[in-house]
Formats: sequence, structure tokens, C-alpha cells
Amino acid sequence: MTSAAPTPLALIAELTHRCPLHCVYCSNPTELTRRADELSTDVWSRVFREAAEAGVLQVDFTGGEPLARPDLTELVRSARAAGLYVNLITSGLPLEEARLDELLQAGLDHIQLSFQGAREESANEISGTKAHAQKLRVLDWLRTRPVALTLNFVIHRRNIDQIPEMLALGESSSAARIEFANVQYYGWAFQNRENLLPSRDQLDRSMELLKRAEERLRGKIHVEFVVPDYYAKYPKACMGGWARKFVLVTPDGDALPCHAAKMIPGLQFENLKDRSLGEIWEKSEAFQKFRGEEWMPEPCKSCDRRDRDFGGCRCQAFLLTADATATDPVCSLAPQRPLVDAIVASANRPTATTLVQPNWIYRPNPA
Amino acid sequence: MSTPELSSRPRLAVGCRLNEKGQPSRVLHMPEKALRLSGPSLEIVERCDGDRTVEEIVADLQRIYSKADPQKVKDDILAYLARLHDDRALDFVSNQADRSAGAK
Repeated sequence: MTSAAPTPLALIAELTHRCPLHCVYCSNPTELTRRADELSTDVWSRVFREAAEAGVLQVDFTGGEPLARPDLTELVRSARAAGLYVNLITSGLPLEEARLDELLQAGLDHIQLSFQGAREESANEISGTKAHAQKLRVLDWLRTRPVALTLNFVIHRRNIDQIPEMLALGESSSAARIEFANVQYYGWAFQNRENLLPSRDQLDRSMELLKRAEERLRGKIHVEFVVPDYYAKYPKACMGGWARKFVLVTPDGDALPCHAAKMIPGLQFENLKDRSLGEIWEKSEAFQKFRGEEWMPEPCKSCDRRDRDFGGCRCQAFLLTADATATDPVCSLAPQRPLVDAIVASANRPTATTLVQPNWIYRPNPA
Repeated sequence: MSTPELSSRPRLAVGCRLNEKGQPSRVLHMPEKALRLSGPSLEIVERCDGDRTVEEIVADLQRIYSKADPQKVKDDILAYLARLHDDRALDFVSNQADRSAGAK
């Protein structure tokens, strides 16, 4: 019944759900963890050691905003001491130069700096904060510092036409990678999807542009593009397959196979305060539930792509069909694909516009 | 592919590093990727310190793998270094001036 557990490769550490930004597509769950419930420095340090023992090579510090943790430098140090490669996914605030140097001295390997766009006004509208100017300052500080840098642009209907400006910003920086990741529609993004999903025309134009940029920048900057899977023919291999590569730990210590797994009803998640990471990875019910192929329905079960996309995303299946064991409905072979076609059609109505100011649902800050 | 000059000195790029000796397996960490290394690949990467030239690395490996065809060893090393460079894991430092400028 259960498949043998593969070796986990990366730990996604959601250090906190607190964040100075309020992005309308935030990947955090709609129910946010309170500050009082966050894991202590000591427990996180133990989690890093257990992760390394289980075979994990890299930790991604994310949130919320990891910089909101006053002990971030200590966490970097203890993750490095455990033997992990340390990656910080950050909005760049709140940060001063001295703290940046402290983090680098503690052993931070790689920074992924997120941008909401290339234009200050629209970027600030998306994040619900005046954050853009500070990001440019951080970009400038990073120019002279020995750390790997990736710029992350989150792409959607209202900024997809700024891609040339985003590329220019990336090229003027010390980044070796620029990632253009279309919004994925869960949590807050799902609530705002009508105002975020680009049109087919917008998407085609952006892909053409990025293909040319990729060729032009080859060997200098690596350009990565993640399409919105609503427009794809086959689903993404979400998380590289359920509980195959990644383990995510929430701010209060629950271990999950992905960011959104808590939305799936009936899954029991275990907490790092009660059980070791290695044990949870191997034995917990939630990790075993969709590991391997046993759970698959048709057309996945007999599909020759099943070891490439693993049936797609369980959370998306649940979100759109109310059944977490369904074939991901973005798949053109899925019986429920018409659900996605309807959303795509609505984003491509001639009346769908980017001119009217949307009524954004902003992500709040937890207590 | 960008075949390195024999006189250049390969150095791991910023954000790329070998994990410490004594770990269960040796790994070259890169942003968003990691390679498990053993045998010749590890011997090569361990020598990419910005100090040794490609020529010196080739000579070292030809000594270690003395039973293999020296030309094949050289070709394999050049191809491997080029691949790591395309992966942005290596910089090829071309002369003394660059070396000191690159050392932070």
C-alpha cells in the first residue's frame, strides 16, 4: 500500500507568517500562524540537524518575511553548521546594510529578492506597501557583496507587459538568475484570480520576448520562466511529486508536503515538536497519502506521463473539483478540464480589462 | 559550450561551494541545484580553487588516473569544466590581475 520514502532534498522553512507586504497573490494559507505560536530558535536548529540527517541538502528560508525574525542570523548560522546550503527568499525589508553583512558572515549562500514589478506605483499597489524603493536599495547593496543573487518577479495580468523593464532591472544588477514566475492560483491568489490571470495574447507575447532574452543573455544571466498552468496542456510536476523532494515546515512546526496542503480536508499533519523530521517524512500519513502511484485515478494511472508530472497538483485538484484525488483539472486529459477552460475564457473576454482599478483582497498580517 | 583556456584558473562561482569533508557524500551546492560528486568529478572540483590552472588540474588527474589514456583524461576534464561553466558554477580567471580583483 505505501511506497518507500525517497530522500528529501530541500527543506522549505516558513519561519514566520508576519510580513510587511500584503501581496494579493501571497502563497501563504488564508489562515495565518500567530507570532506567539512560532517555533523557537532552538527547535528550528534541531529541525535543521534532523533535516540534514534525513538527506536534505538545502534549506529555503521563507515566510512571510524571514527578516521579521530577529534571530535570522542565528538561524542561518545553525543551518550552515548542520551542513545545509542556505537560501533566503525575501522581499528585502526590513533590512539595513549592517544586517545584510551579518547574514552573509553567518554563511548565507543565496538570496532570492522578490519584486512585484519594475514600476514603483504598480508594484506598490500589488504589495499594498511602499516597498519598491527599498528593494532597489537592497539591489544596490548586493552589487558589491559575495553572495549569489536571483531576482524573482511574480508575473500576472497587470505587470506582464513590464517584462522588458524587469529584464533591464535584472541586467543592471549583480543577479546571475532572473526568475519570471507566473502566479499560481491558491490561497490569496485564487481569491484574486480574475484580476491576476493574464490573457492568452499577453502570455504569448511574454513567452516570445523571454525566449529572445534567454538566448541573448545565455552564459551571463539565466532566465527562468514559469507559465501559469491554467494555460498549459499538461499539469506541472507540483513539488516534483508529493513528498518526493520537499518538506515544508510551517511557522508553528507542522510538517507539510507543500505550501497549500492544509486546505485538503482529512489529512492529519504532524508537528516537529512531537516527532523528528525524518520520522514524519517516512511515516506520517499525510506524506504517504499521495506518494507514489497507488492513489492515482484514471486517466493518470495508465498515463505514460505519470512519472513526469505525478498527476499534477493535489491542492489544485481539490480547490477546483472538491476532490483531492482527482486528476489535476489543468490537464487536457482530465475529465474536469472544462472547469479550467471556463476560468481561462473569462480572462479572455473582450471586456476583461486592466484599466479598471480592481477591488484587491489584500493579505493581512497575523496577530 | 565554452572550452576553457589551459592557462586559466577555474574557480567556483559566487554561491557555489563544495560541502565539507567528512559528510556522508560530497556535494557541489549551487543556487537551486546540487550535484553529488565522487571519483574524478570530485577530484576536479576540489582543484577549482582559482589558484591552479586548467593545465595543472589536467596534469594532476593524469597522474591519479595513470592507467587511462592521457588525451581522453584531458578531453573529459575540458568538457566537464565547460559544462560547469555553462551551469554558472565556475568562473575562469584568466590572469593574475583578475585573481586579486576577484578575491574578496
